[in-house]
Amino acid sequence: MTATTATKIRVLIAKPGLDGHDRGAKVVARALRDGGCEVIYTGIRQTPEMIAEAALQEDVDVVGLSILSGAHLELFPRVVDELRKRGVDDVLLFCGGIIPEEDTKQLQTLGFSAIFRPGTNTQDIVKFVYEHAKK
Amino acid sequence: MDDLVERFLAGDRRALARIISRVENATPEGREYLRALFPHSGKTHIIGVTGGAGSGKSTLTGALAGEYRRQGKTVGIVAVDPSSPFTQGAILGDRIRMQDLALDPGVYMRSMAGRGALGGLAPTIDDVVSIMDAFGFDFVLIETVGAGQDEVEIAGTALTTVLVNNPGTGDDIQAMKAGIIEIADILVVNKADHPGADILVSQLQALLSLAPKGARRPRILKTTAIKGEGMEALAEAIEEHREYLEQSGELGRQREEDARHQVLSIARGILLERIRASTSEADLVALVRRVADRELDPHSAAEELAGGALK
Repeated sequence: MTATTATKIRVLIAKPGLDGHDRGAKVVARALRDGGCEVIYTGIRQTPEMIAEAALQEDVDVVGLSILSGAHLELFPRVVDELRKRGVDDVLLFCGGIIPEEDTKQLQTLGFSAIFRPGTNTQDIVKFVYEHAKK
Repeated sequence: MDDLVERFLAGDRRALARIISRVENATPEGREYLRALFPHSGKTHIIGVTGGAGSGKSTLTGALAGEYRRQGKTVGIVAVDPSSPFTQGAILGDRIRMQDLALDPGVYMRSMAGRGALGGLAPTIDDVVSIMDAFGFDFVLIETVGAGQDEVEIAGTALTTVLVNNPGTGDDIQAMKAGIIEIADILVVNKADHPGADILVSQLQALLSLAPKGARRPRILKTTAIKGEGMEALAEAIEEHREYLEQSGELGRQREEDARHQVLSIARGILLERIRASTSEADLVALVRRVADRELDPHSAAEELAGGALK
């Protein structure tokens, strides 16, 4: 492998809240890595402030949130709010996990471009990121 | 150029993050930013943290940054993780071990992918570190990719290099070998709560006692980074080394040597680009084929290639 400085899509994969099940987040991170992205993984139990601060410091193009606790309508608006507070207003947002269909509209309004539920093909997530992340 | 430089100089962290991306990707814009900000660099003490995979580099880097924060100092951190040689993708996971610093306004932490560079660093690490230096942090900590025996490049980027060792990872012959151990300014025995820490310390001491007379001997310190133990002593040892660099005149020499290395390596890249640009892919394939078929040796082929382009 020769050294390269070609621009890569940078993605932050984060798990807000208190649920500790990060298998899904790790599988998505790994799929994006295999798709050629540089993926920053921050681990479980992140507060909205921590996620927004990581997005700012790492200057990511994409933020993906994973949640299984059911607290998405509680936590996601706060993440979006914290991002905005820091002037991080141009990242592509997506989310995944246990998210009921009836919440789709609300999350879209909030700025989430895609919701990936259990059973999603990881290649669809990679494709989504490449199609929508601004380079 | 936009207002990013102005915001950067006013201490805006988002401007810092944006500029780092452009510099990391070596875009023409990035080069402009570097040109504008480079004169502001050269004031920060740059510390390299290297050692094997799993030796506790991230945890130690986080704990050391925590110690500096207790002293009221500001810290920039660059942590490098490897890129896939097949897909060029990467998982950058060093933030996981630095959660305590996540919301500290006196800390800026940036993950970088190795992107195929040698030595456990990234291709544009020197430029990114210059940018962080120019931002005005009191310290910049660089954490390398897990390094084995031969990744010595960090010594050319950092002013003080800390090598993280662990008990139970080899006998004293390992430590006698040439390579990474020779570039350490400070030797840390991390996970010192594990058995064998004292044996490793005495092995390292014995090894250092064989060094030529007059050579500066690195300090050896025991730490248990996960509990934050030994960080005060480590910060002290780094300060002692910094003072030594300044008072001995070694600082100026080291800066000059690093600059020479950097300039030559960039020049090499420019020449290579020029060669590639002046050679068609078809000509290159034809030449390479002659080497593969053993009609021509690789040195003569390279001479032919470079000679044609640089006339």
